[in-house]
Amino acid sequence: MSTKTIAAPLPGTFYRRPAPEEPPFKNEGDPVAAGEQVGLIEVMKTFTAVLAEEAGHIRRFLVENEAPVMAGEPLYELEI
Amino acid sequence: MAIEVIKPGLATTVQDLGRPGYYHLGIPESGAMDHYALRAANLLVGNAEGDAVLEATFQGPELRMTENAVVAVTGAEMQPGVEGVAQPIWTSFAVKAGQVLAFDFLKRGARAYVAVAGGIDVPVVLGSRSTYALGALGGLEGRALRAADVLAVGKTAAAVKAGRSVPEALRRAVPATAELRVLPGLYDFRVTKAALEGFFSETWRVATEADRIGYRFRGGRPLEFVPRKQPFGAGSDPSNIVDTCYPYGSIQIPGGSEPIILHRDAVSGGGYFMIGTVISADMDLIGQLQPHAPVRFVAVDMETALAARREANQRMAALRASLQ
Repeated sequence: MSTKTIAAPLPGTFYRRPAPEEPPFKNEGDPVAAGEQVGLIEVMKTFTAVLAEEAGHIRRFLVENEAPVMAGEPLYELEI
Repeated sequence: MAIEVIKPGLATTVQDLGRPGYYHLGIPESGAMDHYALRAANLLVGNAEGDAVLEATFQGPELRMTENAVVAVTGAEMQPGVEGVAQPIWTSFAVKAGQVLAFDFLKRGARAYVAVAGGIDVPVVLGSRSTYALGALGGLEGRALRAADVLAVGKTAAAVKAGRSVPEALRRAVPATAELRVLPGLYDFRVTKAALEGFFSETWRVATEADRIGYRFRGGRPLEFVPRKQPFGAGSDPSNIVDTCYPYGSIQIPGGSEPIILHRDAVSGGGYFMIGTVISADMDLIGQLQPHAPVRFVAVDMETALAARREANQRMAALRASLQ
């Protein structure tokens, strides 16, 4: 088992939920498959899906829901 | 010679120096948000300064060259790589036939300009190859690039060398807090003196909505308006005026809360008061501001604005001289 830090692909605002009243895409501890959605980044009035590039378990998110994020900033830790 | 788009990036468009002359008809000039970076990229690969290049916003594309090419990337710090080998920015480099050009995460700035020797060859529309996406005009089918697009590249006039580089002093760095110089005026009489002072003393942040049409800012206190009976034809909100023309660089503040600087894809008119206009020498810098970046507006007079324009022209002349 090793832990990998996954970086944000874009600058913008990070969302962990598809809509305010809906549950998060992923909770800490959840398994995630490659290509599965873990969040959204909003920039220039566009929401871009953040997809897992590899499978594993999400150990923890490093950016809070609705918080600003920079491209390349650590977004979450993945146990693989 | 062609470029195959493997991944388009977030918002990658074909841009040149734009199509001035149609703004009175509601068609903005469009063109690169950062003219200086576009000119530098073209000069590095031996193109004419205003040839068409790719403008990649916040995220680089993944591109395959069908033939040997010479490429240069300027503007934002977004490390290019050829088949995984990192290449320097503000420098021309070779990409062999079949090789893939890709980009690392954005580090500084916001828009990278990717010039290819020969220039991107899309049809000229109203005198320009620039994409105006809102009007579905110019560029590649009037839109941002998509995966599987193929872009034609023009013929190069002469053999181009890789390894040409813009001297460090002529690469524009994006400061931690950008200062945008503004000529107050147009409708600044609509807000109170205290509000005007507040606008120029506070730190604003780039809103995530900021785009080629308008750069929006948040974080300052709402502006207070001078009370008046709204004239006939103006909307009821105190930030409304009787419809008028909007200059490029003008700063409107709908509702007095979030300033918007109109940029290359600007709307040409409307009914919001404008507090002033960003000077032409600082327009390029706006295009390199990331979401959440702190910004201050600095009031200047016309003399300072014209001096800054002369300085920008001198810098451009120095760039040309360094790449001859």
